[in-house]
Amino acid sequence: MSDIVAFRDVKVEELKHLLSPRALTGETMLLNMGPQHPSTHGVLRLLLELDGEIVVNCIPDIGFLHTGVEKNMESKLFQQAEVMVDRLDYLNPLGNNLTYCLAVEKLVGLDVPERAQTLRVLLSELTRINSHLVWIGTSGLDLAAMSVFLYAMREREMILDIFEMISGQRMMTTYIRPGGVWRDVPAEFEPAVREFIRIFPARLKEYESMLTNNALFLERTQGIGVISKEDCIRYSLTGPVLRGSGMAYDLRKARPYSGYEQYNFDVPTETAGDVYARYLVRVEEMRQSLRIVEQALDKMPTGPIRSNNRKFIPPPRSELGVSMEALIHHFKLWTEGYPAPKEGVYAATESPRGELGVYLEGDGGPKPYRVHLRTPSFISLQAMPLLTKGHFVADVVGIIGSIDIVLGDADR
Amino acid sequence: MGIEQKAGEMGVITTTLEQVVNWGRTNSMWPMLFGLACCAIEMMAAQASSYDMSRFGMELNRASPRQSDLMIVAGRVSRKMAPVVRHLYDQMPDPKWVIAMGDCASCGGVYNNYAILQGVDEVVPVDVYVAGCPPRPEGLIHGVITLHDKVRHEKLKTWG
Repeated sequence: MSDIVAFRDVKVEELKHLLSPRALTGETMLLNMGPQHPSTHGVLRLLLELDGEIVVNCIPDIGFLHTGVEKNMESKLFQQAEVMVDRLDYLNPLGNNLTYCLAVEKLVGLDVPERAQTLRVLLSELTRINSHLVWIGTSGLDLAAMSVFLYAMREREMILDIFEMISGQRMMTTYIRPGGVWRDVPAEFEPAVREFIRIFPARLKEYESMLTNNALFLERTQGIGVISKEDCIRYSLTGPVLRGSGMAYDLRKARPYSGYEQYNFDVPTETAGDVYARYLVRVEEMRQSLRIVEQALDKMPTGPIRSNNRKFIPPPRSELGVSMEALIHHFKLWTEGYPAPKEGVYAATESPRGELGVYLEGDGGPKPYRVHLRTPSFISLQAMPLLTKGHFVADVVGIIGSIDIVLGDADR
Repeated sequence: MGIEQKAGEMGVITTTLEQVVNWGRTNSMWPMLFGLACCAIEMMAAQASSYDMSRFGMELNRASPRQSDLMIVAGRVSRKMAPVVRHLYDQMPDPKWVIAMGDCASCGGVYNNYAILQGVDEVVPVDVYVAGCPPRPEGLIHGVITLHDKVRHEKLKTWG
């Protein structure tokens, strides 16, 4: 308890560089929203300067979930550091794994077999649907549409069951590994995914029937939190926020990775740039993700699921008893790890929230010298003052929901 | 089958104050709507359709600490968040209980570093620890039932 800083009274004068001059005269009111608030999607604190009910200024205060992920990863071997990225953006664990693995593979020059590539695409799209389901449920809750949450969590359980089937864990799977995936999928995997593909389009219509033309929902979302395409670019926003403002930028098309160029899918865009446009983009994205999942399942090639490069990938268990070299490789990989060259690489994927990037720097040893994570929630939060200015306090929760932040992602 | 048969025609049941109060506390325990990290998503899943924690009288999440008597610390507590957690705990009326959900809240989990509190029991007293990273919804429900069991056996003289 001794090293924990207690609360401190903050005077308005200390904050005057952030506030409008009217705050100093007491003309506007300061309101503290969070870090414990049901609609801030985690432990975000917003300091709102209010003129009546109108937001004059909004100052996000982050760091309540600062985890020291980047620093922690520097003290771990490349194989071990992966568990850290799972827990970074906890609605997109497989996508985080994929980004990290792409960076490691780029750094050490590792190949990935075709079957693993297809599995990676399939699973990261399922993760995208999973993340958007949580988003549609929670932002529905924020705008007082309770039942969407219950419906969305029902379908989410189907996806989590699939994750559990392949990896033994519901959320933090660490299934995608450098050089491929952990192990091959069981026989029940394909029927389970087929069942999901069969059921999900009708369920998606169900959510839409509850929200898309709902008068109350339209009232709370249309014309709220508008951001132009130019502003999006100035703030380097990516993902559904950018696409909701009319720019069809998607890393899966712009800089394809893991063989995304082989799949047919559209990049949905809207032009309004408001909360409703972002809602429409995300719902359409779920439909497109389902298309990719179906294509991936249809073309699933047979073959190995991990690279055969023994300098980086441990040999199969069956070889350990009969091959001395396999035993040496196994021992070396799990005690010393593998060295990485002295250079920096950047790998990025399209996460459900936007561009997720991992910058890795090696120093010739088996641990990363520096890890930096370019997380989309952190970037999106910077636009909060711009998005909320001039709106009611009640709309602030809708806007937070629409940029779909995950605080683990923002605070790292 | 229910209370009316036990009561008989007189409409009277005999019990101890201890039992009836503990019974009431167990079956209307209101958790605080307060999530920190990954575990909060599993906490949401436990309250949603498939697991439905309202079967245990816990459907009512209160966003205000003044109205809640159970704090589920769902996720890692950073050093910046720790005073807030303590503040929230202090705001809850007695009697109150705390469940540390997941490894991070219990012992720091995978984060042995400068930023994360190595267990939320450094700042608030914890009644039940739920293991897992994150625990399954069944795990959380088991933790809640364990807490119910504990409350049911609380003694009159130890009531706070």
